[in-house]
Amino acid sequence: MGGPPLADGIDTDIRAISPLPVQKAGGGSVWLLLVKRLLLGLLLLWAVSLVIFAGTQILPGDVATSMLGQQATPEAVASIRKELGLEQPAPVRYVKWLGAAIGGDFGRSYSNRQDIAKSIAPRLKNTLLLAAMAAVIAVPLAILLGILSVLYNGTWIDRTIGLVTLSAISLPEFFAGYLLIAYFSVAHFWLPSSATVSDAMPIGQRLVVMLLPCLTLVLAVLGHMMRMTRAALLNVMASPYIETALLKGLPWWRIVWKHALPNALSPIVNVVALNLAYLIVGVVVVEVIFVYPGMGQYLVDHVAKRDVPVVQAAGLVFAAVYILLNILADMVSVLTNPRLRHSR
Amino acid sequence: MADILLKVTDLEVKASDATIVDKVSFDLEKGRVLGLIGESGAGKSTIGLASLGHNRAGLQITGGRAELNGRDILQLSPRDTRDLRGVSVTYVAQSAAAAFNPAHRLIDQVIEATLWHKLMSRAKAIQRAKELFGLLGLPNPENFGDRYPHQASGGQLQRAMTAMALCPHPELIVFDEPTTALDVTTQIEVLAAIKHAIARTGTSALYISHDLAVVAQIADEILVLRNGRMVERGSVDDIFNSPQEDYTRRLVSMRQTEKQAGAETHDNLLSIVGIEAGYTPGVSVLQDVSLDLGRGETLAVVGESGSGKSTLARVVTGLLPASAGHLRFEGKGLPSELAARTPETLRNIQIINQIPDLALNPRQTVEAILSRPLAFYFGLKGSELKRRVAGLLDQIELPRTLNDRYPAELSGGQKQRICIARALAADPKLIICDEPTSALDPLVAEGILDLLMRLQKDIGTSYLFITHDLAIVRAIADTVAVMLDGKVVRYGRKAEVLAPPFDPYTGKLIASVPEMRPGWLDEVIARRTLPLING
Repeated sequence: MGGPPLADGIDTDIRAISPLPVQKAGGGSVWLLLVKRLLLGLLLLWAVSLVIFAGTQILPGDVATSMLGQQATPEAVASIRKELGLEQPAPVRYVKWLGAAIGGDFGRSYSNRQDIAKSIAPRLKNTLLLAAMAAVIAVPLAILLGILSVLYNGTWIDRTIGLVTLSAISLPEFFAGYLLIAYFSVAHFWLPSSATVSDAMPIGQRLVVMLLPCLTLVLAVLGHMMRMTRAALLNVMASPYIETALLKGLPWWRIVWKHALPNALSPIVNVVALNLAYLIVGVVVVEVIFVYPGMGQYLVDHVAKRDVPVVQAAGLVFAAVYILLNILADMVSVLTNPRLRHSR
Repeated sequence: MADILLKVTDLEVKASDATIVDKVSFDLEKGRVLGLIGESGAGKSTIGLASLGHNRAGLQITGGRAELNGRDILQLSPRDTRDLRGVSVTYVAQSAAAAFNPAHRLIDQVIEATLWHKLMSRAKAIQRAKELFGLLGLPNPENFGDRYPHQASGGQLQRAMTAMALCPHPELIVFDEPTTALDVTTQIEVLAAIKHAIARTGTSALYISHDLAVVAQIADEILVLRNGRMVERGSVDDIFNSPQEDYTRRLVSMRQTEKQAGAETHDNLLSIVGIEAGYTPGVSVLQDVSLDLGRGETLAVVGESGSGKSTLARVVTGLLPASAGHLRFEGKGLPSELAARTPETLRNIQIINQIPDLALNPRQTVEAILSRPLAFYFGLKGSELKRRVAGLLDQIELPRTLNDRYPAELSGGQKQRICIARALAADPKLIICDEPTSALDPLVAEGILDLLMRLQKDIGTSYLFITHDLAIVRAIADTVAVMLDGKVVRYGRKAEVLAPPFDPYTGKLIASVPEMRPGWLDEVIARRTLPLING
């Protein structure tokens, strides 16, 4: 093939042979990056376990006294403290507690003496189910609305989407929840106001019952994700390569989908992860409003009873979920960035 | 007369308050290349984009016609406009590094328009892209497209973008300053590749540039633009041999000035001895750099991006302490660390930056900007201060009425003059000039260089002048240092450095600077004996 007669055999581009430090990030180092991130997450989880344990130690009040109530004679208190292992020094109890927790044993509840791990499992399942249902609706909807408001940037469509989602964030969940109940349950009898589910329920009925708490959660998280999608996309839409795509004669939807979205993914994924974590960790109020048997309600019940092992276990599970989702978001960001996936 | 491909008639483009393109008309025949030349704000990019039926945000095409094969593309429906772009007319952007999407492989981007408009099958399009990669001299054409943009160099990306523009067999390509962001030795390769590809495929082109010497190598005809108006239009030979307008004559006769170097002085103001410096420990950007600057003279440090010339400037200013070697100023040791230097030394070394917009505080008036060093170094106050500010404005040939202006109200050249005045206000012995003219239009840049030379003659200031432009070196230098990869490869009095025999790099650098005459590129290509390289 006849190429143009070019330079005297020297490399064309000075930059190609420049001594500037070139970031070397081959396929292997991506995995190194991910492993590092994972280890950092574990370290963080350990730190959180310390904080949780220390926090529950400095809470005012004494379990033994509150368990016994009127019958709290010094002898009875001492014997309960011995039974619960409270007479041991705090560091010893921490190590024992953490060791057992790693093995999946969170101990027994002070208040009802049940195995906490066994009590948490179905409730965690319920909470995850509710969160998943809300996420399946909220995440695609938020991204779609974000894309729409970029496509129609500055028009009434953009402004309406912005106004509605902003109003939704501004409403506190307990208020939004009661508004939904007032409309769907009290005024129209369309949906039940109580979301008390049990494993015996058929799946269809179960989803119907969960619909109102799910909608409340969707309203709470939709705005954040939509606004971040919009901001990230608008930022990318100002890039020269968007003009390149426009001058290729591509329609707007393809430019946004194919050229803008992949480059805006990292901030979007991060805010999605934060909101997913919120769906799991922040459902406490919503679960209480709708009497939904999940982690939140369980936690609230046992905080009232000063049931320290349950509070610790719930705190640890929530922290683990939070950290895990953020690690996942980082991994997605790294894996979708060709600069990190492919070395120079 | 041959077939007219593009006929633009009375094109008018307006921003909210200003006319950007004012009644511009021209024809482009099939198979020809028309060069659009002008300063920033001349409206050349706007005209190029209008040829694709596009206007940037804030601009409005308010009048005129742009007919491609007799069809006015300014009146097309959005759908028809999309069918025109990427099919009949394609675009090569100024900075390919920014114009390629970092998320996709090059091959997918190169063939995207061709596939989207269903011009070829995928296999055929890939085949054509690979042929074009070869035609444009890209390394390893079979696999080049598998790279992501960050895996290719600036010059390679610019050629890949040309391949992208050629892929759908367009009738017209708009090249918008395709080599402006490149180093001079890379520019010549990309120019040669583009010229070869245009000739081979017979495509017509609009070639937009601010650099007449570059346009002269590629274009058949030239349209000179200024402030949105047509100044002159003619064949390349006419423009060079018999320019009709004064503005064109000034453009053609540019870069002819040369400072006559005096006898060599042994009175050194600044000595740089064995300097090593870098940004990460253990990695030296500068390696054993030793240079001398005579009192009242200009030392030009010339090199391409990444050669370490700006790093050297940072070392001299004290912003980047050297890891080895030492500096001497007026015969005394100059501490490497900024904090260890005396106020007197700090005053004696001033700097002028590349981009005046970033170097001036936008919230301060000209008077406040110039008063600050006078009050800080000399404690001037009241009427004395005012008198000195007025004197500085006289020195840089700006009217005293600019006193109350903010930087945003000044032109690029005026802003750079204010930066010079601010440096002069300290009454320094040495001014470090870090590419002070590379962000300016050529004629404005010439004015700045003339001013710097006059000031040197009048008050004897010494310059350490960082530049990538050999024409500037000719115009201002007494002593020249050529840098490559952090080392000085050639150093001496200007007459010696710029005369043969050359070392290979300096030779290549000098041979790569476009000369202000048509046919220069053809001669360079013809002189070359070695065939294709792979960059």
